[in-house]
Amino acid sequence: MLAGVKFRDYYETLGVPRTATVDDIKRAYRRLARKFHPDVNKEKDAEAKFKEVGEAYAVLKDPEKRAAYDRFGENWKAGQDFTPPPNWDAGFEFSGARPGAGGTGGSADFGEFSEFFESLFGRGGMGAMGGEGPRQGRTMRGRGEDHHAKVVIPLEDAYTGARRTLTLRMPELDDEGRVALRSRNLEVAIPKGIRAGQHLRLQGQGGPGLAGGPAGDLYLEVEFEPHARYQVDGRDVTVDLPLAPWEAELGASVRVPTPSGEVELTVPPHSGAGRKLRLRARGLPGEPPGDLYAVVSIALPRAESDADKDAYRAFAQAFARFDARGR
Amino acid sequence: MGMPMVEVEYRLTLVELCRACDAREEDVRAWVDEGALAPEGRRPDDWRFAADALRRARTAARLARDFEIDAPAIALVLDLMDQIERLRARLK
Repeated sequence: MLAGVKFRDYYETLGVPRTATVDDIKRAYRRLARKFHPDVNKEKDAEAKFKEVGEAYAVLKDPEKRAAYDRFGENWKAGQDFTPPPNWDAGFEFSGARPGAGGTGGSADFGEFSEFFESLFGRGGMGAMGGEGPRQGRTMRGRGEDHHAKVVIPLEDAYTGARRTLTLRMPELDDEGRVALRSRNLEVAIPKGIRAGQHLRLQGQGGPGLAGGPAGDLYLEVEFEPHARYQVDGRDVTVDLPLAPWEAELGASVRVPTPSGEVELTVPPHSGAGRKLRLRARGLPGEPPGDLYAVVSIALPRAESDADKDAYRAFAQAFARFDARGR
Repeated sequence: MGMPMVEVEYRLTLVELCRACDAREEDVRAWVDEGALAPEGRRPDDWRFAADALRRARTAARLARDFEIDAPAIALVLDLMDQIERLRARLK
């Protein structure tokens, strides 16, 4: 049924021995949660680590779940193929059951647990974690929940606007009252001038209402794909501008790539490394539009041949009194 | 099937903000009291939060949930995160 499920060693994840007390477990969890919380840690794998830690904590802090998990003893190793033995959970009752993490689009929030967890405690076992999702008594007047998803676009799309088809997965109750993940496609027009971190609102595209109530809203958090060339800060965009020493010192007219196409840029004389040349209104569109900054760096030609080396020597001679480290 | 309308600039009431970040009203009020969120309007019933506040409020809600920290601590963490963001931008 659940092929490819790997055993997870929750004690190893939290770095505590199997004999750890509740306090030990909490301390270890808190330390790791602070370290890997995606709001705090911007490393790429932080969110996955945070989820693992949260899942381990959800099991080990709960005496019932921990006792059930402990039945597997130390015979299992992390990464081993795993199928729970039949009736392994006989005699345990897991409280706090509720439908999945309420997120949409997978990366919506940090609430999804592993298949290993689900093979043990089912989808309904998420209650322990307190991730995003319906809380009892909160869905007043049958209004559907609001849903959140991330949409990752190339920076260029923010200059022009773009269309995206999103696949949203959300837990829904079927006719028999069981939770099933349903997916649907939604075509969305990403408006021109959108900035990273902005939340687009799509009214009525969230969770369906209960008993004829209105549907919730869908919020899409925009993120830019990392770009090899451009850095974005709000509406301003920065690009590295390598110049040959003579271009930097004598001034030049050079072609600069921008997300909206190449432009001609006049480099004034004496533009040393680190100088920021502003291209007004070449940042993200908007009211007002952002600026584009080309930051000068100096590219040195490599002296390979004797003629190259002579050229450098002549250069040195011409600037005999120049002290690179003098002030 | 037409495409759904996408809103970029919108205002959220207290109830809407709570719903959108899955937080309790008393928590959001506490964050406003601490200055972590700055809605327009004088009384909570008149409060209107700019769309940008949603991101901040969701971060606050996650911090509250995952670390069990109170409003003053959340306000401090949010301010420090803003500082880090600014410094990071300056590093580039």
